[in-house]
Amino acid sequence: MSIKSYRGAIRETLGQELRRDEKVILIGEDMAGGAGGGGEDDAWGGPMGTTRGLVGEFGRRRVLDTPVSEAAFMGAAIGAAAAGLRPVAELMFCDFIGVCCDQIINQAAKYRYTFGGQDSLPLTIRTTMGAGQQLGSQHSQILYPLFAYFAGLKVVAPATAYDAKGLLATAIRDDNPVVFCEHRLLYRQREEVPDEPYTIPFGEGRIVEEGGDVTLVAISRMVSVAQEAAKTLRAQGIDCDLFDPRTIVPFDTETLFDSVEATGRLVIVDEAGPRCGTASDIAALVAEELFSDLKAPIIRLTPPYVPVPAAPELEALYIPTAAQVVAAVKKVMEY
Amino acid sequence: MGRDTENDLRQQFEQGPQSPPGKKAPAMMSRERLLWAYRTMQIIRQFEERLHVEFAAGTVPSSVHLYAGQEACAVGICAHLAQDDFLHITHRAHGPALARGADIVEVAKEIFLRADGLCQGKGGSPHLHDKRLKLIGANGGVGSGAALACGSALAARHENTQGVAVSLLGEGACNQGVVLESLNLASVWKLPVVFAFENNGYAEATAASYAIAGNDLAARGPAFHMPAQRVDGRDYFAVCDTVQEALDRARAGDGPSLLEIKAPRFFGHYEGDAQKYRAPGEVEELRRDSDCITWFRRRVLDEQWLGPAELETIDSETRELVHEAFRKAMSAPGPGPETLHRDVYAGNL
Repeated sequence: MSIKSYRGAIRETLGQELRRDEKVILIGEDMAGGAGGGGEDDAWGGPMGTTRGLVGEFGRRRVLDTPVSEAAFMGAAIGAAAAGLRPVAELMFCDFIGVCCDQIINQAAKYRYTFGGQDSLPLTIRTTMGAGQQLGSQHSQILYPLFAYFAGLKVVAPATAYDAKGLLATAIRDDNPVVFCEHRLLYRQREEVPDEPYTIPFGEGRIVEEGGDVTLVAISRMVSVAQEAAKTLRAQGIDCDLFDPRTIVPFDTETLFDSVEATGRLVIVDEAGPRCGTASDIAALVAEELFSDLKAPIIRLTPPYVPVPAAPELEALYIPTAAQVVAAVKKVMEY
Repeated sequence: MGRDTENDLRQQFEQGPQSPPGKKAPAMMSRERLLWAYRTMQIIRQFEERLHVEFAAGTVPSSVHLYAGQEACAVGICAHLAQDDFLHITHRAHGPALARGADIVEVAKEIFLRADGLCQGKGGSPHLHDKRLKLIGANGGVGSGAALACGSALAARHENTQGVAVSLLGEGACNQGVVLESLNLASVWKLPVVFAFENNGYAEATAASYAIAGNDLAARGPAFHMPAQRVDGRDYFAVCDTVQEALDRARAGDGPSLLEIKAPRFFGHYEGDAQKYRAPGEVEELRRDSDCITWFRRRVLDEQWLGPAELETIDSETRELVHEAFRKAMSAPGPGPETLHRDVYAGNL
């Protein structure tokens, strides 16, 4: 057990999986860095430092740096997975899905089904997401709703270092294509994380804190925003049942439904956009299944329907805040 | 109104053979191998001709893309493939699948979308795929197989199998981004891949001479630092020679190659295509002068490698085989509702 960052927990898991299974390989841009240059090998260790040190131990046949060609290297990762390797491919920014969309949504997602179940595709796609560093519209998005749309993919969005480690191990060991979504503002989040390998099953969310007044669902970085709001609310006598689903596909409806059956109120805070997103999906599921349990309308808190702006004042208006969560919870408590 | 044909495939063929006549590649010259080649090309030809008739009669579901005219490409390639090699194919899948050894009945059943087709009726004609044969079906947009082939090659090298990945592509795919990226990636990583472009002169309704800058596909090989060869795809033996070289290079660890194999397609892009983009008399002329099976017969008989009687025996045996495959496929049941949710995921969601 030791204090690890989210970034460090991911790096540790990659190393442990590379050690455990010779078929695991890493593919992506600057996984090591320094390829072909006159300076250091492992010059970057990943754009976010999540793969630092690995090329030294495992060499360039297990840690592969690619040219800037997502379509080719994502396709190669799929082909290699179909042929029996366990690639962990990195899509540096989820916003780049535009250049390998066919690979992820048409090939990876549908390979097994289209070919009548002949193949498994044990592929993990790690990607970064999220606003908060003024990187602008094309480097700040949350796109897990897009991935979740396509049957055949599994979609994971850990909110903590502990969850990142266990869920990444599960992703790499899963025989299906898994999109593992890392929020860039979480890389520094630190907590106690066991040193030995462990797995966390998909489809099991966690109740972050218990409460009987309202179910508060939050995903990825919004969990810490929701925690801040829950603290404020608790001081005012309102107790939130804070639910972090951890995986979007498969989704832990059982825990969610148990909570809403008990509270009758639901607020969802999600950094994905307002149209056709995860918040809407969760709201619809609950409205359909638990209509008679609901005491109040469901409220979805998402960014506004705009691309992500770069200026910090505007970005601050884009990302849902704890104050907005507090206001939304108070609203549903009025019913 | 004149047509601006700009040296399209038919004009190229009119000028003569597109590569030197194939030599005697010893491994391909045993009687057994020659009989296999003729039989396989005839099976494909007869299968596609029958499918053409059935489609016109309205019995074939979905959409089919026929391979007749291009048999020597797939058969010439598959003649050299070992068990550890991968063959990535396109939507024009029937010929390559049969050349690789897919079961003709399973293929026919999949085309007719039956329960026990090659892909359980889940994919259909354009997605013929047989993992046992490392026959990798078309998956994704045009050209996507080029990148998947890089992955197969990566796996083969990782596992040290000496396997090579052959990516069969249409010439139309040579303009698709993923293909250009894959040429570069295979070259940079020195992967054991052969990019085999079948240039049949048309990407759907648009001539290669229009779409390919400079009308020279093979020129793209050196641009990505890999050797390239133009081959006359009507000459089975020329295909064999070239494929042999490319595979040897890949197996030796010397990296990828690009082949531009020119061969005509006798039917439309898909069945139902009126082919108005083709010159009057073009198809008749190609069938008369550019039929790879006619070329093969002429060569083996002239050189007395095979005799006319055994060719005729193969003709009638393959006719019967195709007839029987269609009979079984057209009377087989479709998939039941319980299969709808099957195989979305490995294991449980």
